[in-house]
Amino acid sequence: MKWIDEFRNPHLAQALLTQIRERAGQPIRLMEFCGGHTHAILRFGIRTLLPSALEMASGPGCPVCVTSSTDLDRAIAMARIPGAILTTFGDMVRVPGNHGSLQSARAEGADVRIVYSPRDAVRLAQKTPDRPVIFLGVGFETTAPGVAASILEAHEQHLDNYFVYSLHKLTPPAMRAILDAGEVKLSGILGPGHVTTVIGTEPWKSLSAQYHIPIAVAGFEPLDILRAVSMLVDQIHQNQVRVDNAYSRSVHAEGNTTARTIMNRVFEVCDAEWRGMGMIPQSGMIPRNEYAAFDASKAFETTVKPVSEPSGCRCGEVLRGILLPTQCPLFRRTCDPDNPVGPCMVSAEGACAAYYQFGDQPRED
Amino acid sequence: MKMCLAVPVLIRSIDGSNAVVDLGGVSRTISLTLTPEAKTGDYVLIHAGYAIGVLDESEAKETLDLLNQMMTLDEKGQPSKESDST
Amino acid sequence: MLPIISLGINLVKIEQIQLAHGSGGRLSHELIHGLFRRYLSNPYLDELWDAAVLPEQGARLALTTDSYVIQPIFFAGGDIGKLAVCGTVNDLSMVGARPLYLTAGYILEEGLPLPDLEKIVASMAETANRAGVKVVAGDTKVVGRGNADKIFINTSGLGWIPKDVNLSPRNVRPGDKIIVSGSMGDHGMAILCQREGLEFDTPLASDCAPLNGLAQAILTHPGIRVMRDPTRGGLATALIELAQSSSLGFEIQETSVPVHEGVRGACELLGLDPFYVANEGKLIAIVSSSEAESVLDTIRHHPLGLEATMIGHVVDSHPQKVGLRTVLGVTRIMDMLSAEQLPRIC
Repeated sequence: MKWIDEFRNPHLAQALLTQIRERAGQPIRLMEFCGGHTHAILRFGIRTLLPSALEMASGPGCPVCVTSSTDLDRAIAMARIPGAILTTFGDMVRVPGNHGSLQSARAEGADVRIVYSPRDAVRLAQKTPDRPVIFLGVGFETTAPGVAASILEAHEQHLDNYFVYSLHKLTPPAMRAILDAGEVKLSGILGPGHVTTVIGTEPWKSLSAQYHIPIAVAGFEPLDILRAVSMLVDQIHQNQVRVDNAYSRSVHAEGNTTARTIMNRVFEVCDAEWRGMGMIPQSGMIPRNEYAAFDASKAFETTVKPVSEPSGCRCGEVLRGILLPTQCPLFRRTCDPDNPVGPCMVSAEGACAAYYQFGDQPRED
Repeated sequence: MKMCLAVPVLIRSIDGSNAVVDLGGVSRTISLTLTPEAKTGDYVLIHAGYAIGVLDESEAKETLDLLNQMMTLDEKGQPSKESDST
Repeated sequence: MLPIISLGINLVKIEQIQLAHGSGGRLSHELIHGLFRRYLSNPYLDELWDAAVLPEQGARLALTTDSYVIQPIFFAGGDIGKLAVCGTVNDLSMVGARPLYLTAGYILEEGLPLPDLEKIVASMAETANRAGVKVVAGDTKVVGRGNADKIFINTSGLGWIPKDVNLSPRNVRPGDKIIVSGSMGDHGMAILCQREGLEFDTPLASDCAPLNGLAQAILTHPGIRVMRDPTRGGLATALIELAQSSSLGFEIQETSVPVHEGVRGACELLGLDPFYVANEGKLIAIVSSSEAESVLDTIRHHPLGLEATMIGHVVDSHPQKVGLRTVLGVTRIMDMLSAEQLPRIC
């Protein structure tokens, strides 16, 4: 298929790997911010092919994984409101909150429905005007503009029963928090290709300069990832620090201004709780006052019982790049996709789910 | 649903702010609200029912050309081959 | 198919299934004689005794059962009735049995339109004829509106196994070849796309088909170790189960597994892996390496096996595990998918 198969060409991949192996000298650790990158790296077996001097640490770029359990509890409480329909991306359904999941709420009678797009939720709201339809907004800057557009659409159509519970988050503040914490020593960052398609490379340029860290923005096919790794290895080798764009067919310096305008028109920045990382200031998005009528957190009172993280769950350390999933004592023992203890095992992009499904791949060299 | 993931699809037709897009013979209606500049015949990345960016085909070709050149200049003199015996 | 008039039954007035159709009284009788027997008639069923009395077989018997709760009940390429016959015929065929007799138990929701039920029963009859099997016993229950989703069907199947046929995962040996009879993921994606309203230039259809003819053609060859149809959980799950039972390792070439373009596209769009998507008209055969080419040839000459391909082989290493050699030439171990990817697709 066009623009997919060409970027999976095994011969070109080998050429890139040769280049990487030639130039990777001292041990380096790169963080792939996105869960999607972790997934692709394991799915295609890239981890095995990279030289062992090159460590890849996964980051907090899994929106499902970083949704705080208390926020999830609130979403579950909303689902339980009589007559309400809670619509969500499929991934969130099985994530354990503190007292069950959306799935267990559904089994107990809550109307929880999986949608592929917030537009489906708007359409549902049109079809069922007497029932509140709440869309669980999870995702970074890739997803938030679409959700913002859905609010504008609902606004245009004078819908009074469409709500968004926005748990959307911003990527650069999380990256800064990881670097500030200094828990993991990073030589470079594999930047999120689709987030950057929206936000452009500017935010990464200032981050790169401030923390003196090489960045290469990568797409999600094998050649995209390998090219970005190769560019990072080059930067490190040459003692340079800049933002390379390894996804130029999609990423431009200015990003997608229409998408950002729409996102910023509907959402304003707020402080947000990241599971495993605590509160990160100015890292979340909620609807502005002008669109308060669509804000589920304002429309619905929810009381949630106090939090306690499941004992032994170390998702936080996995999300901060300190622990490999295989190093977590619960991995494969008490935590697996059928009985997940934490969200990293549930989400399609969770690092633990990826390691579980695709195996811990030993290095070839 | 994979949250980071956006898929490259071909725009087959446009109706207002909606487009019918094609991937391998499957078609879907998605919104061009975030990429109003997109035209029929363009490839766009779609995510959660919205096109989030228009693919630059010339950049795509340039990237592949670059990689192909790099491959032919490979020190070993030839692209490495995988033995495909099953 | 027996004409209604000769039975003196007039079903024309009735449009929907009512609770009374399951009560055993007059309406039940009308349903049995006016609908089920019209399509499924055969000497064993027509006796309408408490049990079907069947001729001796003089051979090992195979017995299987399956329930069908697929949603939607009508889909491109078939319906729940066709699926109920194919699924059970195929289970028998995979163990090397020749399917003979099926039972059909129906659980109907009050309010199910009678024309829908008739379409389904007609489809079962047609599929059973095509597969050369007879429905010899049946049962119908009706539950109140909301207590079942339109129609659920259970079929049990009985077959006999020829003396020289002894399929088992324990027969598998290192060096054996692994063949699939055609493209993967067609059924599950056809169902999901219909549910999600995805459209196709050429619509994705279920591959639902009875495999007994193909299985028997394969069994004319020596060296057939084991067969399996990759239904729920798809190719990957079936291979992992076989590897576990055989205690050997499998190596599969990712790029050699046939997947139709539309299925690939739909999977990319929905974030699914076609290797884990159900098939209802395909089989996996593990065959001795000396026989593999000629078995492949036989399958390719059968209408249900035109796209058959060799996708891998059996190895000593990583016993009980399936290694997938990815497009980049790296082998990684495939795992069972745990969560329900696609609910109610069979």
